[in-house]
Amino acid sequence: MTVTLSTPKTFNGSAALLTFLQLRTFVALGLVFAFFALAAPNFLSAANVVIMSKHVALNAFLAIGMTFVIITGGIDLSVGSIVGLCAMVAGWLVLYGIDPGYGWSIQFNTIEICLIVMAVGIGVGLINGILITQLAVAPFIATLGTLYIARGAALLLSGGSTFPNLVGNPEYGSDTFGQLGAGSMLGIPVSIWLMIAVVLAASYVAKRTPLGRHIYAVGGNERGAALSGVKVTRVKIAVYMFSGFCAALVGLIIASQLQAAHPATGETFELNAIAAAVLGGTSMSGGRGKILGTVVGAFVIGILSDGLVMMGVSSFWQTVIKGLVIIAAVVIDQAQQKLQARVVLQQQAAG
Amino acid sequence: MTETHPIGLSIRGGTKVYPGTRALKAVDFDLRMGAVNVLVGENGAGKSTMMKVIAGVESLTEGSIEMDGKPVRFRDKADAVRHGIGIVFQELNLFPNMTVAENIFIAREKTRGGIDIDRQAQNRKTRELMERLEQKIDPDTPVGELRIGQQQIVEIAKSLAQDARILILDEPTSALSSTEVEVLFRVIADLKAHGVGIVYISHRLEELIRVGDYITVLRDGVVTGSRPMKGVDLDWIVRNMIGAASKDFPRAEATRFGEEVFRAEDVTLPRVGGGFAVNHLSLSLRAGEILGLYGLMGAGRSEFLECIMTQHPEATGRYYIDGELLPDRGVAGRIQQGIALIPEDRKRDGLIQIMAIRENITLSSLRDFTRVFDLNLRAEAAGAMEFVRRLAIKIGSPENPVSSLSGGNQQKVVIGKALMTRPKVLLMDEPSRGIDIGAKAEVFRMMRRLAAEGLGIIFVTSDLDEVMALSDRIIVMANGRAIETFDGIEADPARVIAAAAPKRAKETI
Repeated sequence: MTVTLSTPKTFNGSAALLTFLQLRTFVALGLVFAFFALAAPNFLSAANVVIMSKHVALNAFLAIGMTFVIITGGIDLSVGSIVGLCAMVAGWLVLYGIDPGYGWSIQFNTIEICLIVMAVGIGVGLINGILITQLAVAPFIATLGTLYIARGAALLLSGGSTFPNLVGNPEYGSDTFGQLGAGSMLGIPVSIWLMIAVVLAASYVAKRTPLGRHIYAVGGNERGAALSGVKVTRVKIAVYMFSGFCAALVGLIIASQLQAAHPATGETFELNAIAAAVLGGTSMSGGRGKILGTVVGAFVIGILSDGLVMMGVSSFWQTVIKGLVIIAAVVIDQAQQKLQARVVLQQQAAG
Repeated sequence: MTETHPIGLSIRGGTKVYPGTRALKAVDFDLRMGAVNVLVGENGAGKSTMMKVIAGVESLTEGSIEMDGKPVRFRDKADAVRHGIGIVFQELNLFPNMTVAENIFIAREKTRGGIDIDRQAQNRKTRELMERLEQKIDPDTPVGELRIGQQQIVEIAKSLAQDARILILDEPTSALSSTEVEVLFRVIADLKAHGVGIVYISHRLEELIRVGDYITVLRDGVVTGSRPMKGVDLDWIVRNMIGAASKDFPRAEATRFGEEVFRAEDVTLPRVGGGFAVNHLSLSLRAGEILGLYGLMGAGRSEFLECIMTQHPEATGRYYIDGELLPDRGVAGRIQQGIALIPEDRKRDGLIQIMAIRENITLSSLRDFTRVFDLNLRAEAAGAMEFVRRLAIKIGSPENPVSSLSGGNQQKVVIGKALMTRPKVLLMDEPSRGIDIGAKAEVFRMMRRLAAEGLGIIFVTSDLDEVMALSDRIIVMANGRAIETFDGIEADPARVIAAAAPKRAKETI
């Protein structure tokens, strides 16, 4: 018996429509981009594109972490608060180091600060993962709890005030802290390079590693995955830790860009991240989603809000439009699912 | 006797066709009022289908139903309820989060003016029902807090509350304790005295003889025996259940088996609320041997396989492969140790429905295609296609979702996934469930071939023909215990079926 890949030989209307729908996020991105290029002056200027990309990068980091979490069938509401906490920890370390008492303190260079802050983000993610897998707390509730705790901790670090003037100290090697947000390589900001690295790494994990496959399997059918030998607990903890890591990156970049850390940093960021993931075709019921789709989703949201600002649209209307776009995306997604099932059945009948 | 027990409902020439199978073939059935009409037969013999027809859940493809001499046609279950027919299914349809009274009056709430639920009236009526059923169950208890046996009583009360004239009880005693069974029998006697016609389905043969007034035996959708219970003995029932002309299955002469490949010792799984689901079970399996685990639903067969796959943390027992004690390292560990499970419920446990066929086949074996952490997609696709060819899975493209396949082909995907892990022992839980006859035969041939290649296979089934045809050795389970072991070739079907009946049935024969 030979099995060949079935390809539709004749032009098939629903297949063409399906291809169009599958690429809809890209189509949406193209449309949004073209619209603002025509409607908003200076939209295409190099300076503006760089600024926009920096905005998008922040959301993209969170959205990529969120995508993995949502694919396993979970949700991570705590990322915005982790951003805030990590920014504050970074600020504290730059300003004071660690003071164990006895009249002396430990100071850190930039790399060490970054590593500690990432450990904090990953640690909160680990707590999320343990709550969800070991104590069987629903992801929504567990991460809602850590949302409050992490935000509270951020406020406690400074008593609610901002850590200003995070320029670092050349003596300790922490004066390069600002490079993370303001520096650039080959004319492209460091945060953009970081985003490219994270996108590539995440796509690779999703497509070409057993871990990635297991993430999809857990979201598709947790029992089935477990009976197939997938270590469900480990997979789940891993995605929350990665989400925490992504949030730590964002906290670092923001603190570095502003050279200040404010405890309210990152509020409602989790909602933008969920929006980008959903816009990119991630299914909230788990098992389905693509990293590239999420990145494009983040770009659509970012370009939409920046473009509307440039056109002078009121921020109130921006919020309404963002909501409409998200709902439209999900409605189209449902239509695609139905169509896809039909096309597969047609193929089945034909082949 | 006939005069005292008028026929309340009868089926004439009842035929029910499902896609691919004929569940009922021109059956005639008389349901007598004021009596217990016992219905018996193997799993898949058509008992449940017949009851669903009577309860209005399914409708006949051909044939007619008459009530009190007039032809009737039930549009749906509610319609049958209006005709006075109540059914208590084996799987309970209760809401664990709601109280006993709320469950009994669900969708028929007693109200004041159609809006306000009259809680007092509901509780009063529930209390009356519970008194009649001799149960101390408070109407305000959430059903989820009751034992299974008590829940069954609640189901019966629900039917009684609807003034059922005909009450169908599908395996009512399978979850009851012996005192609860006595209560149920008293309730049945009371209902009989009130002229209620009862249909009683059970696998416990001696119980049937005790409680029944009339008996009907079904086999493969045909009524093979129907008579008053007087003078019926176990022998007669078993003979009608398995048919006089026991099927002959040509088979290769006694195969030579290899060394012992797998051994389970003293496997015990406590049941919630006392007793054991698996009761100190030990068995051993040799390479190339097919071991059939036969028994009724709830005998503990599936639970035993789940214990092997470390699905029950509260279970105890020791497992050996090639004489070496296996440490407990979870499912992944078991797969590595050389054990693979084909679960009973394909949809829930066997497959990731939204993933591609390829991804499902390789899910348990991704390590084989991975260097450090890099998954070689080309090798993976080739590996999946090899199994698609070997198992002759009919697919359009390996990238289609597995949900687009037919039941038989889905089962082959699950088998492919298990085989790809290169197991020494294959555990198959009802491998033929939900697949058509052609695919069944193919799966069975595959099992024979795999055994010939040296794989040890333990398979669970409730189908007597299946276990007789396929097994080199049969272990009959009941109440979590291994009751008796038979040689696959010489086993007497009557003795196998008698051994599977719970309680003291096997001593009576």
